Formats: sequence, structure tokens, C-alpha cells
Amino acid sequence: MVVRIDARGMHYTPLNRAIREAVASGATEIVLDNVMGQRFIADGLRGDVTITIHGVPGGDLGMFMSGPTCIVHGNCEHAPGNTMDAGQIIIHGSAGDAVAHSMRGGKIFVRDNIGYRGGIHMKQYLEKRPILVIGGSARAFLGEYMAGGLILVLGKEDDRPRIDRGIGSGIHGGMIVIRGGIDEENLGVGAMMSELSPGEMSGIEPFVREFSGNFGLDPDTFLNDRYFRVSPASARPFASKYTWEV
Amino acid sequence: MTIGSVPLRYKIGVDRDQCMLCGRCVENCPYGVFRMEGERIHVNSRVCVACHRCIAMCPRDAISLEERPVDYRSHPIWTPQVRESIYNQARSGKIILSGMGNAQDYPVIFDRLVLDACQVTNPSIDPLREPMELRTYIGKKPGVLRFGEKDGTTVLETRLAPNLMLETPIMIGHMSYGAISLNAQQSLARAVKHAGTYMGTGEGGLHESLYPYQDRIIVQVASGRFGVDINYLERGAAIEIKIGQGAKPGIGGHLPGEKVCADVSCTRMIPLGSDAISPAPHHDIYSIEDLKQLVRSLKEATEWKKPVFVKIAAVHNSAAIAAGIARSGADAVVVDGFRGGTGAAPRVFRDHVGIPVEAAIASVDAKLRTQGIRNEVSIIASGGIRESADVAKIIALGADAVYIGTAALVAMGCRVCGTCYRGLCPWGIATQRPDLVARLDPDVASVNVGNLIHAWTLELSELMGAAGINSIESLRGNRDRLRGYLLDEGIMKVLDIKPVGA
Repeated sequence: MVVRIDARGMHYTPLNRAIREAVASGATEIVLDNVMGQRFIADGLRGDVTITIHGVPGGDLGMFMSGPTCIVHGNCEHAPGNTMDAGQIIIHGSAGDAVAHSMRGGKIFVRDNIGYRGGIHMKQYLEKRPILVIGGSARAFLGEYMAGGLILVLGKEDDRPRIDRGIGSGIHGGMIVIRGGIDEENLGVGAMMSELSPGEMSGIEPFVREFSGNFGLDPDTFLNDRYFRVSPASARPFASKYTWEV
Repeated sequence: MTIGSVPLRYKIGVDRDQCMLCGRCVENCPYGVFRMEGERIHVNSRVCVACHRCIAMCPRDAISLEERPVDYRSHPIWTPQVRESIYNQARSGKIILSGMGNAQDYPVIFDRLVLDACQVTNPSIDPLREPMELRTYIGKKPGVLRFGEKDGTTVLETRLAPNLMLETPIMIGHMSYGAISLNAQQSLARAVKHAGTYMGTGEGGLHESLYPYQDRIIVQVASGRFGVDINYLERGAAIEIKIGQGAKPGIGGHLPGEKVCADVSCTRMIPLGSDAISPAPHHDIYSIEDLKQLVRSLKEATEWKKPVFVKIAAVHNSAAIAAGIARSGADAVVVDGFRGGTGAAPRVFRDHVGIPVEAAIASVDAKLRTQGIRNEVSIIASGGIRESADVAKIIALGADAVYIGTAALVAMGCRVCGTCYRGLCPWGIATQRPDLVARLDPDVASVNVGNLIHAWTLELSELMGAAGINSIESLRGNRDRLRGYLLDEGIMKVLDIKPVGA
């Protein structure tokens, strides 16, 4: 069942209520037209539903979301996939800061670029492993305090992404994989970089193919290249910082 | 050997005439003070932390403890603590980690405030005879009520925001599973359910065994987002965003991997044995506008059914910050004073950062009233509430309710040794070691905590009755019922109270 909602001029609360009602009444596909900055779309939403968004959703798209897929035909604002639990967000454009903040499961695919602090404090547990794939570049503090999951940066406009400083600072779990790598000076405190082995590359390949499939791109333009992983220098970055009072 | 060993902090003595060699001290001390060799208990006082477990368990009162049996040359500035910190850091080059609340000898404002009582001109009220209203509602109150007509009757048109109903203005603050044991959390949960009040989860998720008490539990969302998903948010009676903590304002938290056992790992949703790091800021909140966004995202996720609290550490500009929080859409602001406890905090923060809760609450209440938005948020005071008199005084300074933390732990046996960060709590409270946790029986401890809340509630109604007040609402912000005793003029101005005799 497909439900179409015209979001023009609608506040986010009635919009989300309409989405929840559609899901409750069995919709498997919801199309939102004329979205213009409404925050919190699909916030805390459960279910097996695909939400296609035409326009620019506001901050915290899919926050706490557990199951649905959001396909955005436009750019995204601050923190899509914030503390997301399961499901997918596919962005045909760019997104702002703190994409996938504290994400604990599911997948996010961003066709173009993201802002600062992408994938900050992502974490994984048992079968829940969050995946963030960025087609273009990311700004500073990508994967800061990262505790689990995978961030993959493809840098599709150049031979490697344009990335600035503090990558993986305080990282203590998971990994950031970057096509072509980054300059050592851009590594954050407690992060180290090494070239991806062929074995590790085969673990990345399905996500490159899935990304390419989502956006109609040729995966081979990405796959025949060198990749580098940024990972924790230690699982206990602060273990040697403290001494007991007694 | 440049520095050598420092004098003993505590010296344990065993009265050989009394000792019957039962070995309970050996069994009970997780720090390894005692050992039995032949027909004699041997003692290593150097590892003692003064937790008193041995003293409590000795059937013959044979154990004695002396603090600082060999002291340094006395000096008002170069105290033993100052000297020992220097020795420690000269050896290690590290940040000193400490537990419990502020241990610096600052004056306690509560102890310089006195309460009022009726004499002759207006009669006091006997709580035995008259009903005393201690029921407290936490959440937004409407600024105005609008009524309309429907089917010939008057109906309320104003939509009321969700509130929590407390039978007593005493709640138990956020102490996470991880910082404290599951038996400790279960004891607290059973006590608050029985008392008709609430407790907080802390940032450690909500363990399955607490689901039966979820209607009485406030779930916390802190910067690490541990254990946070939509199920967790929906289970809680309310949601609290933790921005700061009185024991360590401005910094994050860090649960060491050793404390992340299988059950803690499952509740926090992180791998076994990994460090649980909560960053200093929430990385999706870099401004007061962002806070509004987080408040609303939580409300939106839970369909506006749950009150959302925001907890901040009491700092210099608490009043202005609280005014921002009141405008963010939050339903309550929690102000955590600098005496608030903690499982572990850098000592320099615990002892030197933040301000007392008494001053912070008075200024927050005054600021919200001046701006005409006091009804927008409830004020919850926490950090250093030790007895019912403190509850009465902080309510008279403008709080709606209090969170207690350390006091509830003391009710379960805690001796305030301040060594929580070692994870070896012999009382089964601040530990995850199964044999130690098993020492705390929730059947007994929940009764003890419940008794404490009940006793304080009784004392509170007696204090109110004596002051001729029969409703907690008439005590709230009623500064005329307080006088400052040997407080300076500046502080009395902040508290907006008169001196004794005036």
C-alpha cells in the first residue's frame, strides 16, 4: 500500500503523526512531497516501510529509527540517523554535521559530502553494526570517539577524499576506511592508519557495491584502488591517564 | 626511594582477647587487609580504605580503626592530602581519580540556615490530626487555563503537559548500572515503587529485571547514548537529558572496561570489556538551540507523552542556563550541586569545580520567576541532600523536589569510604564482582531505602506542621521560613533571605 503525503507548510508533529498512522494502517511505502526543513521525520519510527522524501528534510531525520528505510531526493540537514537503531537512510545529495551520531545499527548512504563530526561515537553490539558510506568527502572529526561500526569514505570527485583534521580522535572500536588514505597529520589522537589487506577489502566490497547500486554508479570506478583503514591504536585510550587517590 | 612510603591513612587493630579467630574479617575484606596464619589474624593496614565492612561483620567488636595514626607535621596549608597528592603525581604523572562527593572543607550553607516554627500568633498544625499534602507534580504547569462549553457542561480546553505524580518530593537520582550493581538498582526500584516516587537509570541503560518498575523509572540520555533506543525511551516514565554532573562539571564519564561485565555490556549495548566513554559534550548539542532540538526529538519520538528533564551541574551561570532550558520545551531542570556524588571523577574536578546547590537553586528559581517562566519547568535539586531538613530548606529556596543519591546508598550500608572507582565495594553497591554483589540482598535493602524515604517524609510533614504549613506548595520558594545564621550578606542576597533575628 502506497500513501502519499503533501508536507507543504506542515509542522513536523502532524507530519510524523500522519506517517505513524499510515504505518499503523499497513502502508509499506510512503511518499512525502514538498518537504521543506521539517525536523525529526521518522523519529523513533518502527516498521517495515520505505519513506521516499522529495525535498530537504530538517535535522535529526530518522533519529532513534528502528527498521524503516528513508530515501531522500535532496540534501539533508544536521544529524540524519542520530542514535539510529536499525533500517536505512539513502541520501541523494549531501548532509550536514554529525551524520550518524551515536548510530548503533542500520546503514546510511550519502551520495555526496557530509559536514563535521560524521559518525561520531558510533557503536556496535553483537549483530548490530552500523554502516555509514559517504560518496564524497567528510570534514574534521570524522569518527571521533568511535566505539564500533564502519565508516567508508569513497571520495568520488577526486582520487581520494578531501578530508581535514582530527580523523578518528579518541577512536576505541570499529574502523574508518578511506579510499586513498589521508595525510598522517590529519589523524586524530589515538588513531592509526594502515593499508587495507585484500582480505579486509573483501569485507568492504559489498558496501561499495550497495552504495553504487543505490545511486546508479559503477562500483568498479571505486574498487580498483588502494584503501586505508583508520583504527584505534588502543581499545583503552584512557587507561593510562589516571591514578587512584589511594 | 626518593619519596619513600607515606604514613598509613588508617591503622587496623585486632583485640586479641576478643578475637575468636572466626575469619569473617578475612572473608569480608576485598582489599586484603586480613589474613589468618596459624592461630592469629595478621593485618596489612596499608591497603585499608575504611569501608568498615570488617567492623560491621566482626561478631566480637574486636576490630578498631584509627585514622592517620602517624601524621605529618601539622600545617594549615600543606595538609596531608595536599602532600600526598604531590607524592602520588610525582610518582605517576597522572590525573588523580577519586570517588563520592566533594571532600574539600567548604562551609555548608544548609548548616547555616534555620527553619521557622509557629508560636502563639498562628497555630502550628498537628500532622497526626490534619492531612499534610506532600504530593508533588513534576512538569510544566499551564500559564493560563481556558474553558469552553460542550454538551451543556464546562470543559477544559487547555491541553495539559504530562506530569509525574510523586507522593513525596524525594526521588532517587541517576546512578547507572555499571557504576552500581544490579542488586543496588533493584533495591532502589522496589523502594521508589513502594514509596510512590521515582528513580533514575543513569547512563547505563535499563536492565530487563527492572522492567516491572519502569513506570517509576526516569531513563537517562547522556552524551554516550549507552543503552538508548526507542524501546528504552518508551519504557521510562520520563526522560532525562544529562548535560552535566555536580561531581564533575564540564567533563564526560568513563566506565573502565573491567566494570563492563556480560550483563552491563548487554544493558549498555556495547562489547564485553570495552571502555564506555561518554564525551564531555553531547556532540549533537553545541548550543542552546541544539538542546531544544534534542528535547523535541525525544518528545517527538515518544509522541509527546513523556516529560523531558534536563540535568545540569550547578555552575556560575546556572540561572541563565536554566532560563534557556525552560525555553527549550523541557519539563524540568535538575540542578546538581558540587557536593553530588560519583563513582569516579578526577579529584581536581570533584573538589574544585561547581557551586553549592543551595545558591544555585535560589538563583535559578529567582531568575525563572523574574522572567515569568517558573511554571514552564519544575526544579529538581540534587547533590548533597543529607537529611530531611536539607529537603525542607531547599524547597523553601525554590526547588519542587530533590534527588538523593549518596543518602540512599548509605541506607544500603555504604560507609562513604569514597573508593567506588576501585570496583571492589564490600557492601555490594559500587561493584560488579558477583560474590560482592551477592552481599546486598534487595529484599532487605529495598526496605531500608523505603524506610529512609518514609522517615524523611514524616519529618518533613512535622517540620511543615510546626511552621503552620499543610501543603508542600506553600513551602516552595517560601524564603520567609528561612533565616541565615552567620551567613555573609552577599550569600543572603543570593538566597534572598534575612539573617536570624530580622
